[in-house]
Amino acid sequence: MWYYEKKLQYPVRVRECNPRLAKFLIEQYGGADGELAAALRYLNQRYSIPDKVIGLLTDIGTEEFAHLEMIATMVYKLTKDATPEQMKEAGLGAHYVNHDNALFYENASGTPWTASYIQAKGDPIADIYEDIAAEEKARATYQWIINMSDDPELNDGLKYLREREVVHSQRFREAAEILKEERGKKVYF
Amino acid sequence: MFTQRKFYTPYVSPTDPCPPIRIKSYETPPQLYLGFQPPCLPQYATAKEALYRGTLWPALYSPYESPYKRGDTGE
Amino acid sequence: MNEPLTSAYYDLLEEIQAVDFVLCELTLYLDTHPWDEEAVRQFNHHAKQSRQLKKQYENQYGPLFQYGMSYSSYPWNWKDAPWPWQV
Ligand SMILES: [Fe+2]
Repeated sequence: MWYYEKKLQYPVRVRECNPRLAKFLIEQYGGADGELAAALRYLNQRYSIPDKVIGLLTDIGTEEFAHLEMIATMVYKLTKDATPEQMKEAGLGAHYVNHDNALFYENASGTPWTASYIQAKGDPIADIYEDIAAEEKARATYQWIINMSDDPELNDGLKYLREREVVHSQRFREAAEILKEERGKKVYF
Repeated sequence: MFTQRKFYTPYVSPTDPCPPIRIKSYETPPQLYLGFQPPCLPQYATAKEALYRGTLWPALYSPYESPYKRGDTGE
Repeated sequence: MNEPLTSAYYDLLEEIQAVDFVLCELTLYLDTHPWDEEAVRQFNHHAKQSRQLKKQYENQYGPLFQYGMSYSSYPWNWKDAPWPWQV
């Protein structure tokens, strides 16, 4: 089971009300390489992978939920009290008529999140390499959002999240090495 | 000298409509080189510094700034 | 809790976030390096520190966990604002 902890993993700050940046950030909330997809991908793969990497998938999957909450916090702060007029100017008019200021699991162009963002091949090597690729894609997405953002306080949080993808990729690369190891290979029939 | 950003110069056609970006670049962060992390790597001095870097180990730290703001894409 | 939080709150929260971050990093590291004894020692040291800081935090600002992982005062204060995204 899981326990919720009533705190963020990292102090999230946002300088100003800016729904335009929220529209970009939603990519990491409900997009293909976003935090929701990451969390669900890793936690789902746990059931069909060798025991020695289940712990890692569990812990990175759990951390991704902490990142999802950070993104939600950024979007919440960027759009809190934004008027319908401001939402419209930010390109969030269509979002507004559907959801008001509510968050929604969608990508930056408004496409709803879908389970087909998640691969689960059942082959340990294919799945771990999928995870390495997912981390690199999430890292790249953070770079493109940072390139679009002029809010230094928001960028501080985004750079932190980008760095976490670097570390996750490192650990998945190590997991691939562990799966390749000779130790524990012997099976007699 | 090792860098976490690599540069290349794509072909520029005289008929390209957008003003050409002559030097392009991409990120090559440390996890591409570290291999299986060796034990006892140096750590950041305080927990707070680790938090704000986003990692406990300088060997895994990857700084990032927008290349458009840094001005190393273009000219 | 409707009066705005003081800087003492943010300082203590930041201290917890820092210690817990080290624990997060060591958790992932130990998942692939289970035989690193020094890292296990560091992990246990920080786990203890985290517990002490959270005890102090919960005495002042209310429970961090539910389902019995934290004690409650009377009246039940888990549901009190602010929530993490509001601070
Ligand atoms: Fe990640």
